[in-house]
Amino acid sequence: MSLQTPLARARGLGSAKEGLHHWWMQRVTAVALIPLTLWLVYAIACIADADYKTVIDELSSPLNSSLLISLIIAAFYHAALGMQVVFEDYISTKSTRIVCIVVTNLLLFFLAITAVLSVVRIALGGH
Amino acid sequence: MNGNNRPLSPHLQIYRLPLAALLSILHRATGVFLSLGTLLLVWWLVSVAQGESGFNNANAIIGSWFGQLILFGWSFALFFHLSNGIRHLFWDAGYGFEINTVARSSVAVLAVSVTLTVSVWLIVYL
Repeated sequence: MSLQTPLARARGLGSAKEGLHHWWMQRVTAVALIPLTLWLVYAIACIADADYKTVIDELSSPLNSSLLISLIIAAFYHAALGMQVVFEDYISTKSTRIVCIVVTNLLLFFLAITAVLSVVRIALGGH
Repeated sequence: MNGNNRPLSPHLQIYRLPLAALLSILHRATGVFLSLGTLLLVWWLVSVAQGESGFNNANAIIGSWFGQLILFGWSFALFFHLSNGIRHLFWDAGYGFEINTVARSSVAVLAVSVTLTVSVWLIVYL
């Protein structure tokens, strides 16, 4: 039996100290995506009419490929966290909800890996 | 989706939608749309990684009217989710909850996202 009052217990760090993790990572990735998104739009606008050689050169620069990979990781993480909340809000059947969340997470994980590998291939010229 | 016959609280089609509520659901809708839109980015990167023919095929599809339409919708969704997301970060920090402020920031979010979308497309096309 705990001698703490219920309030004192509730003032702790939450469930296993991880209750805030989902919410916090959604915000951390959101902040990271502010400059990354603006850069992405700028980069796309710059190469809108460019030919193959120019696009490869632009994507292969260390700064651009690093920014692109950072954007991919932040965006897919952000998307996975967001889609999870959408499923949690709208699907009340527990089994369906869990399947939707897990399948979405795995798909987004696979897409992120594919995107990162493509950037690496372009950057290293292995095509 | 409700599979266990428990009562549901009223949904979007029941409530009247003032601007703040409309932007709230639009934030979620654009979020889901952008999650699907990541397919576009992945597909383009894979095409470019395949070499010059893949790059040319992808550009032909993106350059078609349908591709441009998708890209236009994607750019607006991106700018809206970005501006409204910044507003959400201010709310998270505890600022901007007064009704007048919310009304003004709603209009600001819409104005900024429309302006950014139109500017980018003007810059690309002119």
